[in-house]
Amino acid sequence: MRLTLQIWRQKNADDTGGFSSYDVDASPDMSFLEMLDVLNETLTEAGEDPVAFEHDCREGICGSCCLMIDGRAHGPEPGTATCQLHMRKFEDGDTIRIEPWRSAAFPVLKDLVVDRVGLDRIVQAGGFISINTGSAPDANLIPVPRDKAELAMDAAACIGCGACVAQCPNGAAQLFAAAKVSHLALLPQGQPERDQRVLRMVEEMESAFGSCTNFAECEVACPKEISIEFIARMNRDYVSARLRRG
Amino acid sequence: MRLDAKIPAGPIQQKWDRHRFEMKLVNPANKRRFEVIVVGSGLAGGAAAAAMGELGYHVKCFCYQDSARRAHSIAAQGGINASKNYQNDGDSIWRLFYDTVKGGDYRSREANVYRLAQVSSNIIDQCVAQGVPFGREYGGLLDNRSFGGAQVSRTFYARGQTGQQLLLGTYQSLSRQVAAGQVEMYPRTEMLDVVVADGRARGIVTRDMVSGEVRSWSADAVVLATGGYSNVYFLSTNAKGCNATAIWRAHRRGALFANPCFTQIHPTCIPQHGDYQSKLTLMSESLRNDGRIWVPKTAGESRAAADIPEDERDYYLERRYPAFGNLVPRDIASRAAKGMCDEGLGVGHGRRGVYLDFADAISRLGRDAISAKYGNLFEMYERITGEDPYEVPMRIYPAPHYTMGGLWVDYNLMTTIDGLYAAGEANFSDHGANRLGASALMQGLADGYFVLPYTIGDYLARHMGEGPMPTDSAPFQEVEAEVNGRIDRLLSCDGKRTVDSLHRELGQICWEYCGMSRNAEGLEGAIEKIAELREEYWTNVKVLGVNDELNQALEKAGRVADYFELAELMCRDALARRESCGGHFREEYRTEEGEALRNDEEFTYVSAWEDQGPGKEPVMHREPLDFPNVPLTQRSYK
Ligand SMILES: Cc1cc2nc3c(=O)[nH]c(=O)nc-3n(C[C@H](O)[C@H](O)[C@H](O)COP(=O)(O)OP(=O)(O)OC[C@H]3O[C@@H](n4cnc5c(N)ncnc54)[C@H](O)[C@@H]3O)c2cc1C
Ligand code: FES
Repeated sequence: MRLTLQIWRQKNADDTGGFSSYDVDASPDMSFLEMLDVLNETLTEAGEDPVAFEHDCREGICGSCCLMIDGRAHGPEPGTATCQLHMRKFEDGDTIRIEPWRSAAFPVLKDLVVDRVGLDRIVQAGGFISINTGSAPDANLIPVPRDKAELAMDAAACIGCGACVAQCPNGAAQLFAAAKVSHLALLPQGQPERDQRVLRMVEEMESAFGSCTNFAECEVACPKEISIEFIARMNRDYVSARLRRG
Repeated sequence: MRLDAKIPAGPIQQKWDRHRFEMKLVNPANKRRFEVIVVGSGLAGGAAAAAMGELGYHVKCFCYQDSARRAHSIAAQGGINASKNYQNDGDSIWRLFYDTVKGGDYRSREANVYRLAQVSSNIIDQCVAQGVPFGREYGGLLDNRSFGGAQVSRTFYARGQTGQQLLLGTYQSLSRQVAAGQVEMYPRTEMLDVVVADGRARGIVTRDMVSGEVRSWSADAVVLATGGYSNVYFLSTNAKGCNATAIWRAHRRGALFANPCFTQIHPTCIPQHGDYQSKLTLMSESLRNDGRIWVPKTAGESRAAADIPEDERDYYLERRYPAFGNLVPRDIASRAAKGMCDEGLGVGHGRRGVYLDFADAISRLGRDAISAKYGNLFEMYERITGEDPYEVPMRIYPAPHYTMGGLWVDYNLMTTIDGLYAAGEANFSDHGANRLGASALMQGLADGYFVLPYTIGDYLARHMGEGPMPTDSAPFQEVEAEVNGRIDRLLSCDGKRTVDSLHRELGQICWEYCGMSRNAEGLEGAIEKIAELREEYWTNVKVLGVNDELNQALEKAGRVADYFELAELMCRDALARRESCGGHFREEYRTEEGEALRNDEEFTYVSAWEDQGPGKEPVMHREPLDFPNVPLTQRSYK
């Protein structure tokens, strides 16, 4: 299939950047990133700078890949990270627009690569259980109801790609933070620090990312289909923590 | 050089306890005086960095991804073993130890494996306390599954994302230490060399992957937890960035490299579908619990699977291994698939694939039951291939997956360079010639949480008051200059071929001659071919751009340059090991029935290679292995 790609090119963080157009020959069995590999091979052979894009596992689990494809984070397929998207989902002759995550909290480093350190900081603010190595009791000491454990796992499935932020018109990181807050708050092990955790994580989140006004775009963009109900859960937790802590 | 594994004396059950007692301690007030570098933020590195931060050491942790949470451990699917015996089905430390030594085909070190089995329980406790959402029973207690043909159910899992959840647990502990100021995290920073002075590791040299800055870091001890080297084959199930640079550079600086030819080829991967393919995708081997593997009986078969009648299908694993059937160990299943395809019986693209058929299981258990068990895997398969496995059988083919070989380490996980440690997949220690399913995650966390914090403490206690070497000293400056020289050389080559095209070609040589089965003639030829291609690499590679920028081609180019050297060593090792064991199958050494034939008389040892400098053949040292606790037997799955 013949495709026209309009790709955002930007030399570095200081460059203003702009779109360049490329024609590629792709096969429907290729993954989207393999199609970009092919483009890069061609560019390199022609002595042109290849397009920088982030990727690693190429299985939809590491959260590295992060492309805005025709205005949608990770492209047209629901529940699919960019690396899992295949060209058979496109038509011969299509023009595809490829951009980096667009968000004030994610500055572009080069072409399609952005800086997502802000997400790490939210976790550092409190997205953990404070337990030192070696001090844990027997794993079966505290039973956890299965449905709770499963729900915690639904939240924990977040791959930290930042699609939620990228798709949000406000650049809010609510879904990302809520997934971690909920995962830990649903488990008995997470109770002792529950209030402190949600307060600190929300504070960090608000300082670096936009505010949530319930567009719910994040849920649609999430490659792991994490539910916005977790945001409601986080908000409830936050309010009760504020009440308790003053 | 005499290899001393430093295995503590005494009965195997008491070795680790005794050793822990005999090791020196650093008192709490003095811990903050020590700097420790951990390269890698996967299960092994992340755990080591977090645990040592908790103890009070100053830790610097490096990874090449943009976040510590993306280390390749994240991709592990199936599960993690531990000898909890929660299922009351006869498991014990001894049984896990025994199974691991036997599964490794008697090429691992008993004392290390025993310790691994001992600490396995602590790992599960630790992870649950961190909030890892393992699968549970309705009563609220932890569930287990049997994995990779094990006869007991000792595998803990978190859906099909066990590695992800374990790594996030580790990453969260690491984040807590970052917040506490105990660990400094350096993402997007690639280690390009290690600095050794007077036989001791003094630090590392890295490249900032955004600015290109090359700089030195000094420390009292250095840990390499940089993962495995399956990407030498170009196509593997590893993440694209996985590389051998850290361990290879350490090898070039004097660390011995053990058993490089012990690589594991995983039987259930989605076959290659085109020449542009960039990686191979693993599907959990739990699929073999219900799927039946077959090929058509006649070569060149062109009918669709459904049109091939039952009596024209060869369920070759069930036929050849009636006792284990489709659940034979990984190496056997992989080799059998290759054998079938070599005979022209394969299916799909290039006839490199075999069927994994769920039709029987669906009619026996119902579509819903199969979907409950394997729904996400079926979906993943369909996404990649465009075929629906409920309707047509899956096609699978083996792919490079894991490397048992790695830096040689002693019982303390120290390499042959003082103060340089290797942990996780980067070392060679626990899996012998073949790793059992769900044991890599266990080993990574054991090394990081429960072994290194003790053994490094012992080393540091012996160097109290010495302090790190300044980075402006000659040893650091020399290494920095060499690193810069290598970068310049790659950038100024101005050849005609891309890094990927040369890497692909290298991968094909390795896969063909040092993959699932090997023979002397092929290996000798491969060594020459690799040398020729390496020559071409350094004269004809094309790396655009400059160093002072985010330059992904340059990153790749450095890694591939190291693969060229490692590939040659793999072939040399495979050539020298004139026996078949575990994942290493030498065609010349097999039983009359064509099965692997070990040679315990001559090869019950670890081969540990010493670099002799550019252009000189490496020298092999032997660490003899003995098995007082697990009597040597020939594996049989008939
Ligand atoms: C698809 C797949 C499924 C698997 N499933 C299972 C399973 O179910 N059970 C099981 O037990 N095992 C499984 N394994 C194996 C297991 O996942 C790995 O062996 C294990 O996770 C390796 O952990 P590690 O900490 O040693 O290395 P990794 O997790 O690979 O981490 C390496 C770290 O080193 C860093 N690094 C590497 N090179 C450099 C450098 N030069 N400079 C700076 N940083 C560097 C990386 O950034 C990363 O942080 C699976 C493997 C694969 C590929
Ligand atoms: S590359 Fe890992 S999620 Fe896409």
